[in-house]
Amino acid sequence: MTDQAITAAPFVARESFIELGARERARALLDPGTFRELLGPFDRLTSPWLPLQGIVCQADDGVVIARGTIDGAPAVVAAIESAFQGGSIGEVAGSKIAGALELALRDCENGRPVRPVIVFETGGVRLQEANLGLAVIAEIQSAIVSLRRHVPVVGVIAGMVGCFGGMSLAAALCTRLVMTRQGRLGMNGPEVIEQEAGIDELDATDRLRIWQLIGGAQRVASGFADMLVEDDASAIATAVHVAFSQGVASPHRSEAVQRYLDSLARIDPATVAPEAMRAVFRPCAQQDACDDPACGQHAAPQANREESQ
Amino acid sequence: MNEAPLTRGERWMRALAGEPATPAPVWCADAPLGGTRTRFIAVVPDERNRFVRARENVVGLEQGWLLARAVRQAIDEDAASARRRPIVAIVDVKSQAYGYREEMLGIHLACAAAVDAYASARLAGHRVVALIVGPAMSGAFLAHGYQANRILALDAPGTMVHAMGKDAAARVTRRSVEALDALGETVTPMSYSLSAFAKLGLLDRLITDVDADAPTAEQIERVRDALVEAIAGIDGSERDLSRRLDNEAARSTRAASIEVRRRLAAQWDAA
Repeated sequence: MTDQAITAAPFVARESFIELGARERARALLDPGTFRELLGPFDRLTSPWLPLQGIVCQADDGVVIARGTIDGAPAVVAAIESAFQGGSIGEVAGSKIAGALELALRDCENGRPVRPVIVFETGGVRLQEANLGLAVIAEIQSAIVSLRRHVPVVGVIAGMVGCFGGMSLAAALCTRLVMTRQGRLGMNGPEVIEQEAGIDELDATDRLRIWQLIGGAQRVASGFADMLVEDDASAIATAVHVAFSQGVASPHRSEAVQRYLDSLARIDPATVAPEAMRAVFRPCAQQDACDDPACGQHAAPQANREESQ
Repeated sequence: MNEAPLTRGERWMRALAGEPATPAPVWCADAPLGGTRTRFIAVVPDERNRFVRARENVVGLEQGWLLARAVRQAIDEDAASARRRPIVAIVDVKSQAYGYREEMLGIHLACAAAVDAYASARLAGHRVVALIVGPAMSGAFLAHGYQANRILALDAPGTMVHAMGKDAAARVTRRSVEALDALGETVTPMSYSLSAFAKLGLLDRLITDVDADAPTAEQIERVRDALVEAIAGIDGSERDLSRRLDNEAARSTRAASIEVRRRLAAQWDAA
């Protein structure tokens, strides 16, 4: 789960992943020629709630679901389109992601593994569909927890919107997370924190401080994400391939309860800073196994049980 | 010594489970419910918490991981046994903790750990019930309650489910609080009321005529009975959340959720 050395093409030969829309992002992650969209724009399944509020719908409700293969294995990509309502999760958008993961689970349970990828680009719940947005995010989370026992669930956070709100919890449940330096991962966006806690807590216009706090480089260095990749479509596709080749994780990050409670106990809230917290939270450098009893990342299933004491 | 009135979470925890076995901010206790040993869990204020943004009944860094620990402890203790004790999440959570340190230290993962634990308990065969006795807001509700097999709520002032507090939601959507309330009348998922939440097919039971702040012994007994009934109604093989779509209310208000799944299944395998 350590940072992989994935080299991007020379700068001039790169194709920016960030600049791609959701449909092209999904295409870039699947093996060439295998992209097949499900519930595409011609299905016209749009939000039932936006027109009631005078907001124009989009034919795919801002989520692209595509089947295809990754390294020849059956796969499904759910890619969120940030250009529609900031990538926010409404009933239809969220149900597309949850439904795709539920079908992947069904196939896995029937002995036909499907590799699931989620491309996060979202502020979280679409407030115009408030309670249904929250409900479908709970359904997405439930599906990830079930599915990742069978197959790695791989998340990509490329930017520029990033991944926030309830969907940041969904990202944290993924087996592995691929990020770029331009990606951001946090529960509460900087503007929300400034609004709720005041400008002394966080100045949402202080860009540098925010990147140091929740940007891709920091998130990988502190072990909240696994691979830091340049903004290059083929480099990100390679990282996703690598993430699948590493297999199912045990324990998952979100299961390492004692390890993270211990890490928190070693932090002094009065003085903690992004640079210093890395030493406490950073992922273990050992690839396969390590002797450090404090390392929750390579614990055998038996040892893992002790984490709940 | 501050004699602050009990929060709803504290009050209902004591009423249903007695003395908590763990300190604030996450109270946990095993107590009999209808003759079955049941684990009760609540998030309560912790006025001396090291993280100043997480001193009220909110889900912060420690709360998220401690919820996960309380749930996983029950899973592990029951793993070798044929009986899986039911788990009741007593929900009175105003929000997640909003703060600079919270983001730095991964509040998103702390909350995900709680989600993971509750979902894993359900998958392991524990019957999980959420009892909403106060606000059940946003990310805090995702972490504490929303992965349950059943959701019950007290029909009382102050109980609500929503994605964002009213004032903040009004600011973000550029509406007045009054306009937001009016909108909730016509756009069901926008409403803060539990009766609207029930229309979405997400609420299994609204328990009426209960004083949420000062319940009588008879009212506590009725809530207890409702919990026993809800737990008894959970089929042991029911491990996922599909029931939330498989009910009369959902068939009308969540028709789009159902249709998305139907068409996805039809298109899943290439023709």
